[in-house]
Amino acid sequence: MSGETWVVLGASSAIARAFARLVARRGDGVILAGRDREDLDILAKDLALRGAASVHVLGFDALDTASHPDFARDCRRLAPGRLGVFLAFAYMEEQASVDAEPDLALATIGAGFTGAVSVLHRLAPHLEDQEGGHLIALGSVAGDRGRRKNYVYGATKAGLHAYLQGLRARLHRHGVTVTTVKPGFVDTAMTFGRPELFLVASPRAVAEAALKAALKGRDEIYAPWFWTPIMAVIKAIPERVMKRLDI
Amino acid sequence: MAERPQGAALLRLSGWGRVAVAETTARRPERIGEVASALWAAGPGGVIARGLGRAYGDAALNQGGDTILTERLDRLLAFDAATGALDCEAGVTIDDLVDVFLPRGWMPPVCPGTAFVTLGGALANDVHGKNHDRVGSFADHVRWFDLLAADGAVRRVTPDSDPALFAATCGGIGLSGIVLRLGLALERVPSPAVRLREERMASLDDFLSAFATRARAATWSVGWIDALARGGSLGRGILETAEPAPAGTAVARDRRGALPVPFDLPGSVLNAAGVAAFNELYFRRVPAGGRERSVGLRRFLFPLDALSGWNRLYGSRGFRQFQCVLPDAEAEKGLRALLEAAAQSRAASFLAVIKTLGGDGRGFLSFPMRGITLALDFPNRPDAPDLLHRLERITLDHGGRIYLAKDSALSPEGFARMYPRLDELRRVLAAVDPQGRFRSDMARRLRIREDVA
Ligand SMILES: Cc1cc2nc3c(=O)[nH]c(=O)nc-3n(C[C@H](O)[C@H](O)[C@H](O)COP(=O)(O)OP(=O)(O)OC[C@H]3O[C@@H](n4cnc5c(N)ncnc54)[C@H](O)[C@@H]3O)c2cc1C
Ligand SMILES: NC(=O)c1ccc[n+]([C@@H]2O[C@H](COP(=O)([O-])OP(=O)(O)OC[C@H]3O[C@@H](n4cnc5c(N)ncnc54)[C@H](OP(=O)(O)O)[C@@H]3O)[C@@H](O)[C@H]2O)c1
Repeated sequence: MSGETWVVLGASSAIARAFARLVARRGDGVILAGRDREDLDILAKDLALRGAASVHVLGFDALDTASHPDFARDCRRLAPGRLGVFLAFAYMEEQASVDAEPDLALATIGAGFTGAVSVLHRLAPHLEDQEGGHLIALGSVAGDRGRRKNYVYGATKAGLHAYLQGLRARLHRHGVTVTTVKPGFVDTAMTFGRPELFLVASPRAVAEAALKAALKGRDEIYAPWFWTPIMAVIKAIPERVMKRLDI
Repeated sequence: MAERPQGAALLRLSGWGRVAVAETTARRPERIGEVASALWAAGPGGVIARGLGRAYGDAALNQGGDTILTERLDRLLAFDAATGALDCEAGVTIDDLVDVFLPRGWMPPVCPGTAFVTLGGALANDVHGKNHDRVGSFADHVRWFDLLAADGAVRRVTPDSDPALFAATCGGIGLSGIVLRLGLALERVPSPAVRLREERMASLDDFLSAFATRARAATWSVGWIDALARGGSLGRGILETAEPAPAGTAVARDRRGALPVPFDLPGSVLNAAGVAAFNELYFRRVPAGGRERSVGLRRFLFPLDALSGWNRLYGSRGFRQFQCVLPDAEAEKGLRALLEAAAQSRAASFLAVIKTLGGDGRGFLSFPMRGITLALDFPNRPDAPDLLHRLERITLDHGGRIYLAKDSALSPEGFARMYPRLDELRRVLAAVDPQGRFRSDMARRLRIREDVA
């Protein structure tokens, strides 16, 4: 038992479910935060049976930023020991739909960037106060390079990555680690059925890599690791070539 | 290829033997609440549930139609540590249950030879383990289930509340609807290990007399037969009997996690000479006087799980599995005929598995009956269908029954003769799914829903 309580933001995500199970197995506490409370109540039972020290469910909508101050206070109240943060939520539509309906672009940024900054910024003072702990956020390889196939989502993640860099420096002074996890393709509802995917990882593999990296205090990782060299190549492609590529 | 509906995948799925394949529109709900919408979204080609795809043939395939993948419905819902009563979603696997509950002294009472099956799949095939004489099959331990039927309504079914729907769903190969959740009774075990006794059996007669005198009384028993042996050593093999090891017995390395088989082996590796050499080693491994030792429950119950994706060992042509049960009175003659037919054909069978079964299952299509069951697998060479046809004849001649979970070749006529309660199943299906929304390649092949075809 490590005395940690993790707030899992976007807890209905497949990667979040896998992460919550890992920490439950360690005997940590879990706060499941998300929009589908009915489903999160089911996950709560599952985690309790798998060994979680405590499980709570909190309603959380990234777009409803007005509710975030209360939400952050509730998290603080429900964590008897140290609070850990696992941020999993994001919103992604096919780029073609986004191009046809610009409001979808705003929704993508609203959830994945504005919403993330809003909630993390309200949890940050608490993390500073506790002088220790871990924050993990799921970015994406898509944030490393703008691509024709999903650049609004990519821009959202790029913004999140930069935000996390600054937050990392801020919290570092208080012994809190901030780990940016950039998954490649993961086998979840977000990607299910898309024929163009390759090297698809299981949600569990990504969750395991994320927890391991955070416990080691790593700053940024790709998950699985083999995206490190792949992204080095993608990032090295000059713009004048990139803009002609169909990726 | 057809256009991909939103949230769906166009997949080419196969049974575990990799012979039967189907192109299908698949949906994979992550939450119970999404299953009903996946059912509504299914098109005119009908729909079938699929767990981990461990059925060998076409039970979980629906060519040209829709498939609902249940593997993400994997939550534990409640457990009573006083009685062992467990409630969970239907995509939970035996592997997961062993992982979570064996350290607490509980096991699923019925475990098939692999832990990588969902509970929904175990229910829909009413699977049996190496302890059928003692505990019966999977459905005997199902306290209730929630069934999403063709009309979109969810029915809670217990063995008493609706015995006909219970019997149509347990062993019903997914045709009555989708099992969403179920209640199972776990069994206490004193330790995570067994005392395993292995003995050489020089011939089929040895096996049959061991079964008759003591194997049925053991907690677990299973035999491995060298299916290439002929003449006087026809049916030679190893008999394993096991008892729970006393509390406190420690076992090393009984972990999950497995070596992957990363690619298809060339078809020639498992040729007759290679298999013969393997079988010889397998037989000689046990000393002539037998041996006894403690091994982990996992290793004993799921020996093949140490190699993940082992079905690729047979190469890209895949392989066929055959399993039947013969009533005790006919077992000797029938088994001899089956083993002779297998040894005669050039299709080298790797290991054959022989077990006893204790009695009838609760489902209309439950496989078990009192008798002896034999399972064979062999590469899918061009003569495989012929051999399977001969094996079907022999099974019929001896009043036996072929197991649907393993089957890819049974004829509809043979099927109807082997499963005398088929009409009872048909009556329930006609009432609960009048339009025949639930369909599979197996159901079509065996002409189960002739009323709607
Ligand atoms: C190595 C190995 C060893 C085996 N040993 C044994 C053994 O010892 N004894 C034994 O009895 N069997 C054995 N089997 C067979 C296996 O247990 C069954 O085929 C089992 O049904 C597979 O479960 P699954 O989750 O993979 O189901 P699938 O193969 O995906 O589906 C099997 C059937 O179940 C239906 N189904 C699946 N989920 C649901 C659901 N939620 N609701 C309704 N229907 C559903 C499908 O439609 C299909 O008809 C073995 C298989 C392998 C590969
Ligand atoms: N799958 C991949 O290939 C991949 C690759 C790289 C990075 N990632 C990242 O991994 C994370 C998890 O995604 P996933 O793949 O597991 O997909 P997922 O299962 O679809 O998860 C997305 C989650 O975001 C939540 N969400 C969306 N909008 C929200 C809002 N306004 N408020 C609160 N929650 C909201 C969803 O909750 P609801 O249930 O309420 O809709 C859902 O739980 C995401 O950050 C994603 O960007 C995924």
